[in-house]
Amino acid sequence: MTTFPIIRSVGLSGVLVSFAPAASDPANRAAIAFRGAVDALDLPQIEESSSTLVSAFFRVDLVTYPFATIRDALADVLAERDWLAAPLPAGRTLWTVPAVFGGDRAPQLAEAAEAAGLSAAEAVAELTTTRLRVLTIGFAPGQPYLGTLAPHWDIPRQVGLSPNVPQGALVAAVRQMCLFAKETPTGWRHVGQTAFRCFQPDAENPFPLSPGDEVQFTEITAPELAQLEAHGTDGATRAVLE
Amino acid sequence: MRALRVHTVGPGVAVQDLGRTGFLAQGLTRGGAADLRAVAENAALLDQGTDCAVLEMVGVGGVFEATETTRIALSGATMAASIDGRAVAWDASHELPAGARLELGAVRDGTYAYLGVGGGFATPLVMGARATHQSTGLGALVQAGDVLPVGADTGGASGLCLPRDARFSGGTVRIVPSMQTADFALEIRARFEAATFRRDARANRQGVRFDAGGAGFSNPEQLSVVSEVIVPGDIQIAGDGQPFVLLAESQTTGGYPRIGTVLPYDLPRVVQAPAGAELRFVFVTLEEGAEIEARARKEWAGLRKAATPLVRNPLEIQDLLNYRLIDGAISAWDAPLDAGED
Repeated sequence: MTTFPIIRSVGLSGVLVSFAPAASDPANRAAIAFRGAVDALDLPQIEESSSTLVSAFFRVDLVTYPFATIRDALADVLAERDWLAAPLPAGRTLWTVPAVFGGDRAPQLAEAAEAAGLSAAEAVAELTTTRLRVLTIGFAPGQPYLGTLAPHWDIPRQVGLSPNVPQGALVAAVRQMCLFAKETPTGWRHVGQTAFRCFQPDAENPFPLSPGDEVQFTEITAPELAQLEAHGTDGATRAVLE
Repeated sequence: MRALRVHTVGPGVAVQDLGRTGFLAQGLTRGGAADLRAVAENAALLDQGTDCAVLEMVGVGGVFEATETTRIALSGATMAASIDGRAVAWDASHELPAGARLELGAVRDGTYAYLGVGGGFATPLVMGARATHQSTGLGALVQAGDVLPVGADTGGASGLCLPRDARFSGGTVRIVPSMQTADFALEIRARFEAATFRRDARANRQGVRFDAGGAGFSNPEQLSVVSEVIVPGDIQIAGDGQPFVLLAESQTTGGYPRIGTVLPYDLPRVVQAPAGAELRFVFVTLEEGAEIEARARKEWAGLRKAATPLVRNPLEIQDLLNYRLIDGAISAWDAPLDAGED
């Protein structure tokens, strides 16, 4: 049996530190906290870093820097504390993002609520009172996977794909929400719709969201969403988390 | 404005450079040219930096015209190439006179061909690079009628050539163990190394599928894998048991397990293998891989010194009878003259 955390090489391109064999909220927190701690050390060998659901990745040229030396340096940081219980790094962003739930703009709210054993109103209440964390970003540039919802939201992906779920859609499955960076076919259920753009190539900061950021959704009406869209804004506000 | 006018162009032509780094955490892979060796060769032929943007061409090139006399270099997969109807050599740099027509036809071997210009293409920088990241909509394919700006040329030679490399028809590719290699049973890894794969028609800048037929290489005892980081050269074993080599424009993470990672030095051989070409994968240790790679970097850095003055191949000279072949000091049949040190 593999014991975690585990440090592995990834090709000759970097080093991966994994905290669990399967997705879990503590492992995700550990990956984000560990990445933050290593980044703060500003090690010259590390060219950039990222984090996935359960791992922190450090891009290192393993031709110039032998794997063993990087592994030992990261093992020293791992040994400093119990990363599964570590606080998340300071300076992350709390986003408040308005969204329409249900109706024509998010037609699968009722279906998802039923799968979670809730009424539609109960589902919206939960989705707008649970502060979610950006677990990781992937699949499309800037696209966040948000979690972790309560256990009854462990709803499976639907068998057939919905063909064209739009940019800004809020979709739910497996105790997570995803906020689509672009129109995407998906097996996740379309429960909400925002005007948020996860990838803005021409903006000063093309990627508003980072792993570890927190997101709070607020409910608006379909006409209010239409108004935001007409003004080319998303209505989101941001604050720094201490 | 110094520029290259595009009169006609194939369906898969785009500006590329070495790509964008620093955005992995936000879900954007490096992208950039598929065959980085071809970029290094192109830069060597023009005696300029590898960061100069080039045109990457899949399948068919196009017809181009320079607004001012411009140095050009051709590398990677070969295409029929001519300037004002006169054949010119591949793996070589040439002077393209103002107003002359550069015609690049269909690919004859390999997959990705490259056209470089003295000074590099000077299209706008987006997020620090000129690379076209098609899968995410950064940049766009080149269209007929485009006028591609060319940067200031610091000068230097043209009429250099490099010997043809052997990476365009498959062969043996070295791989290192990676994060999930140990999850594959030894028996599967042994079969994987023994198998001969054919490059599948399913291939693009995100990845290339290979197929050995038969049972495939999925590990039956493997637990479902949590989505994990991808680096260029990763070989994922997809649901059908066949390998898919992931390239620089892949997604940043993926849920299929990786059996190993192709050495960066050998990745151009994967990228350039034409559909149907045969390829094998052999494991080397991480330490061996690092040594091979260190030697390879020296070789790539020495490409400029390896470039020699072009001696025209008589088979490519259409008006051969007009040449006074017995008159001069240069035999058309001799090997290229040794350029020596710069």
